[in-house]
Amino acid sequence: MDNETAKTLKEDFPIFKNRKELVYLDNAATTQKPKQVINSIKKFYENCNANVSRGVYSLSEEATKKYEKARETIAKFINARKDEIIFTKSTTDSLNSLARVIDSLISKGKNEIVLTEMEHHSNLIPWQELAKRKNWKLKFIKMNEDFTLDLENAKSLVSDKTAIVSVSHISNSLGTINSIEEIIKISKQNGAITIIDAAQSMGHMGVDVRNLDCDFLAFSGHKMLAPFGIGVLYGKGELLEKMYPFEFGGGMINSVSLGDASWTEIPIKFEAGTQNIAGAIALAEAINYLNKIGMENIEKWERELSEYAIKKLKEIEGIKIYCNEKNYSGILSFNIYGIHPHDVASILNDYKICVRAGHHCNMPLMKKLGISGTVRISFYLYNTFEDADKLIEGIKKVKEKFGR
Amino acid sequence: MNETFSDKIYKEHIMELYKSPKNYGILENITHEHTETNSSCGDEITIQLLVKDGRIRDIKFSGSGCVMSLVSSSLLTDKIKNMNLEDAKKITKKDILELLKVKINPSRMKCVLLPLEALRRV
Repeated sequence: MDNETAKTLKEDFPIFKNRKELVYLDNAATTQKPKQVINSIKKFYENCNANVSRGVYSLSEEATKKYEKARETIAKFINARKDEIIFTKSTTDSLNSLARVIDSLISKGKNEIVLTEMEHHSNLIPWQELAKRKNWKLKFIKMNEDFTLDLENAKSLVSDKTAIVSVSHISNSLGTINSIEEIIKISKQNGAITIIDAAQSMGHMGVDVRNLDCDFLAFSGHKMLAPFGIGVLYGKGELLEKMYPFEFGGGMINSVSLGDASWTEIPIKFEAGTQNIAGAIALAEAINYLNKIGMENIEKWERELSEYAIKKLKEIEGIKIYCNEKNYSGILSFNIYGIHPHDVASILNDYKICVRAGHHCNMPLMKKLGISGTVRISFYLYNTFEDADKLIEGIKKVKEKFGR
Repeated sequence: MNETFSDKIYKEHIMELYKSPKNYGILENITHEHTETNSSCGDEITIQLLVKDGRIRDIKFSGSGCVMSLVSSSLLTDKIKNMNLEDAKKITKKDILELLKVKINPSRMKCVLLPLEALRRV
């Protein structure tokens, strides 16, 4: 992939036609949607809208077929089995649902949860709440000064008491690609359940759950070209079989009497009530779009944009970049000396440049770094060198305004 | 060239006050103090008061914040110095916006109101 390809891809995204000169650099918050994905939603509602797994009529059968085909596409994308894909609302929803029932998988004597110092609040608070409920202990893998995880520290924290290890694949604030393979290995040796928060990696790099050998993995559709309100919880089949459902209602039952109920097979036993059918189909469409470009190409392109931006940022005086020299993704955090991130973002907004400013749902990490927040930019496949250039020009304007 | 949004809010009088805010620092003798945090960005503003016979004799603010929260703190503390504390607490959002003399959009409103929230809770 190169700059010309990125420019061509941009044409697939109607928002860039409707909002001229938009420089969208907040892809870690949500990505823009290509017309292929938007059209798939329209097409579903206009041509085969019906509830799934209910009707015996062809329309419902067709909707069911599309919904299950979407599940298959997603399973293939992460190298999972079809029945290991549970549709949820989002990464947050996946992690919260898991935290509600995961204790049904934990053997006696295990009472510790290991996380890292850099988790997004959504991979922190559900576990805090579980720990409070069960009177378990929380432990945190330290971050090195170079923004990577301290694996020696991980080895010393994980023990046969560890019930759960939950780690983000890519840090949403720093862009570090964490050594999850190592952490999963350490956790497995101690019989802990391993969970990966893939919110920032899915759709940005290839993710193979069989290869990783993680037990669970969560991600959101809207951060990878798909609409809001659709997410996925992957779980190993054998664990999903044993795990208690986290929601109850229509569709997920085997049989029901007034006093009791039994559950149907996986993954449907975790999908109570009517699901976001159009969302699931649109997510599969997003995956088809990504597959056409190729995940390796996308990963490389994002890195190339970051590399370019880092080089340019370093040429500006008074900029502190919070990223590892070698290990980085399409997400970059930085600060301009003496200028608050909010002020930077407000002024960049004048030049139609969208960046994130603040703590990025990562308050403990910001505290550790001794700052209240950062300016964060995050690239995706449709971003170009020109976008990065405009950012650099914008930053120069910010500095001018502050007389720095 | 059209006036940009930041030209509207980062006006000269605002930037001047930002560079040399009034009442910034730490008070030695205090009777009241409160630190308010903006949950959306983690900024903190502390307001310290020396109140005698119900009147604010001295006031300082400290903390980290963006231009808007620091300027708003400077303007607010300046306005309420020597005021009766009970009257000072009656200051409203509208009063703050009038002091600022710039148009604030919704995403920055919390920044501007941070010192007012701190004052109300001292």
